[in-house]
Amino acid sequence: MNRQKPKLAVHKFSSCDGCQLALLNLGEPLLQLPDLVDIVHFAEAGPCESDAEVDISLVEGSISTPEDVRRIRQVRENSRFLVALGVCATYGGLQALANFNDRDAWMSAIYPQPQRIDILPTSKGVSDYVKVDLQLQGCPVNSAQVLNALRDLLSGMKPSVAIQSVCLECKRNGVACVLVSKGEPCMGPVTLAGCGALCPANGRGCYGCYGPSELVNDASLAHRFEALGLDPQAVTRRFRFIANNAAAFKAAGDRLEGDPHER
Amino acid sequence: MARDGAIQFAEMTSVEQLSPGLTNEQQPGRYRLRQGDGDRLFDWNHGPQGVKPHCFSPREVLWSEQGEPLRFQPRLPAQAPIALVGVRACDLAALSIQDKHFLHADAPDPHYRQRREQLLLIGVDCAHSAETCFCVSTGDGPALDGGYDIGISELDEGFLLWPGSDKGQTITDRLALQPADDRQLESMLRISTQAAEEQQRSLPQPAELRRLYRRLEHSHWQDVADRCLACGNCTAVCPTCFCYDTGHEMSLDGENAQMVRQWDSCFSAGHSYMAGLLVRANVLQRYRQWLTHKLAGWQEQQGRTGCTGCGRCISWCPVGIDLTQEAAAILREGSVDV
Amino acid sequence: MSDLYLPRTAVIDQRTQESPTIFTLRMQFEDDHAQQAFDFSPGQFNMVTLFGVGEIAISIVNDPQDSHFFDHTIRVVGRVSEGMSGLRPGDRVGIRGPFGRGWPLDEARGKDVLLVTGGLGCAPLVSVIRYLMNRRDQFGHITILQGVKHSSDLIWREQYDIWSREHEVKVLLAADVVTREWRGQQGMVTELIGELNLRIGRAIALLCGPELMMMAAIANLRSMGLADNQIWFSMERNMQCGVGQCGHCQIGPKYVCRDGPVFCYSELADFMGTKGF
Repeated sequence: MNRQKPKLAVHKFSSCDGCQLALLNLGEPLLQLPDLVDIVHFAEAGPCESDAEVDISLVEGSISTPEDVRRIRQVRENSRFLVALGVCATYGGLQALANFNDRDAWMSAIYPQPQRIDILPTSKGVSDYVKVDLQLQGCPVNSAQVLNALRDLLSGMKPSVAIQSVCLECKRNGVACVLVSKGEPCMGPVTLAGCGALCPANGRGCYGCYGPSELVNDASLAHRFEALGLDPQAVTRRFRFIANNAAAFKAAGDRLEGDPHER
Repeated sequence: MARDGAIQFAEMTSVEQLSPGLTNEQQPGRYRLRQGDGDRLFDWNHGPQGVKPHCFSPREVLWSEQGEPLRFQPRLPAQAPIALVGVRACDLAALSIQDKHFLHADAPDPHYRQRREQLLLIGVDCAHSAETCFCVSTGDGPALDGGYDIGISELDEGFLLWPGSDKGQTITDRLALQPADDRQLESMLRISTQAAEEQQRSLPQPAELRRLYRRLEHSHWQDVADRCLACGNCTAVCPTCFCYDTGHEMSLDGENAQMVRQWDSCFSAGHSYMAGLLVRANVLQRYRQWLTHKLAGWQEQQGRTGCTGCGRCISWCPVGIDLTQEAAAILREGSVDV
Repeated sequence: MSDLYLPRTAVIDQRTQESPTIFTLRMQFEDDHAQQAFDFSPGQFNMVTLFGVGEIAISIVNDPQDSHFFDHTIRVVGRVSEGMSGLRPGDRVGIRGPFGRGWPLDEARGKDVLLVTGGLGCAPLVSVIRYLMNRRDQFGHITILQGVKHSSDLIWREQYDIWSREHEVKVLLAADVVTREWRGQQGMVTELIGELNLRIGRAIALLCGPELMMMAAIANLRSMGLADNQIWFSMERNMQCGVGQCGHCQIGPKYVCRDGPVFCYSELADFMGTKGF
């Protein structure tokens, strides 16, 4: 990279803006960021130059409309390094639940003029449409993790993300397992680490917003959830939730829905 | 003391913070605190962690560096003295195993040592065994057997105290203690004998366990792999597991960095990763690595198994996998050595 | 007490590009005393730190008698080695080491030495080859079998030519895929073993390379009658601490970083070829 500061853009697609808010919540490092990068587009924070060519693009949101498709291709073309930020951009997010349902029926039931809505039949992650250089999951994304990735990129390194379960982060943080000590149906054992075990640290079960970890034994965990009193539909919904469109969770959801007794 | 539904070591300012009569119920994959009838302070067994986090920190900085010009600075922990009250025999045995690992003469770990030297260990004889305990079969409990500074046995009428080290002696010397009478000593013995008799599980003997390395192709490994989540909880709660991962963290401006180490697990992908290849790519291989190392490999490395019978890996496994049963199944008569 | 995790600073003296993805860094400790005290045995390795990026295990490739510097030959395989490829003379790295057990020099003294390497895995053997060449009178016949996938992967060509001209030294090269100017054999390096006239009883074999290649070579050597305790090889695993503490590099009860990286076949026979160890 030359002496000029690298350019950064933050783009929003079909999403709730929560990941952008997570970035804005960074605190002190956020104030340091403009010394290191030139933020040319970040609508939530002010700068609005959406068509600029940049070194790094952080992309929030899923690809859910024809307009999203056009725009993400443009962003890809304009970016040297593209980071998918949060569970919507990585896996399609909660809105991908619609992929399992009849969209048209829902839209006519809810909207007075459904014909004015122009959406794709599916909601998917960014990598289903363009090459993504780095995926940072979560709902919202862990802003410290984003910062680490930016720091690596700024020093010319490929960012590295630890592939392990939430459980390891949870135990390192001194949290007693909520599944074992409280009977909470926690998705931590099959979920990718990165959040710092936020939910278990607050006494709740992990809801899998980082999507699947490397090895997902859904049959065994589902069996355990049933023993904790969840009915088969509720077990399926644990996998078919916010990261429902991530391959391993999608496969698990399909299997569990297919025949809840054949496990 | 009790925190988040489990017994945990936490800073205490008053004895009131201990809960009289508190007990724990432990089963494979299940842990619950229960309020019992009595008013004993140490009727529980243990929580998810032993002494391990207090010597081998879950996450710590090993050193820091500056970039221009490149310089490395040591970052040893500034550990204040700390007394751990209520440590059990199995965890003291585990601590001595970790001491051997981290402080062996060739390469003593200064970070571990710094923390270790600040510990004052108040051990307690277990009055009961949890359903998941099997320290009798590993020879590590339930009565204290060295490794503590002060030992305690809790009787109905109070506590029996005895020093286990010079450091402990200087403290007990300053206390106004009555000598124990024969009846009290008998009670103490009876309590731990009773705790021993309560144990329902046992681990095969070390010589038998060494044969695990001759059963690497046993079909039961797949049976465990079908249940195992490869989440690493067993390794995190195990008081002897020592694997750690190191990595650099750079400051945002790129001028400084630090080397951080944190607990790793042989169940994580990074553990066996090298240059694009995973040596252990599936659950079977990872569980087999853990069990064979813990129960067989450790014997060659340290002269004993890496298991002290605390049973945490059974209680805290989200799906209740029981290493005593798995080891026994793999060693069972009729299956053939290779 | 010295901090075994704390690196010492070394300065790069020279950088040599050996192939598009392989380069050698010659370096010395910034502190003269550290350089003078640095003593290693062929087959040992250092942990090399690149500022802010990471620390990796890399074998030392020079002869230990070179007291003013040490050489590391590095192949770009991950983010740290990739970062290191950008280092230039005058740049600094952190060094811890030397670590591990090197090649069995005492065991080899007076014997015929067969060196078998495959793929790009020759670096751990280079130091011992140099050691043997510089002390020709202490060893018997020396045979070097070097196999590569593609003939253009071979590095140190001139070096092999020079070595092959030494007294009672044979160098045999093999490549799976060859170009027209290739003067070696086409095929697997392990196929060359069968054609050797090994003087069983006075031979020792030192192997380094991909595990499958080494296992094939070991099978050949054993079928020719070479004893298990005369077959030695260098293993590679995820190594982070270098001192048998972080736990990653274990093969059964052995730590590759501390008990190896050089092992005798009889020490690891139970685990070689078992997936997952």
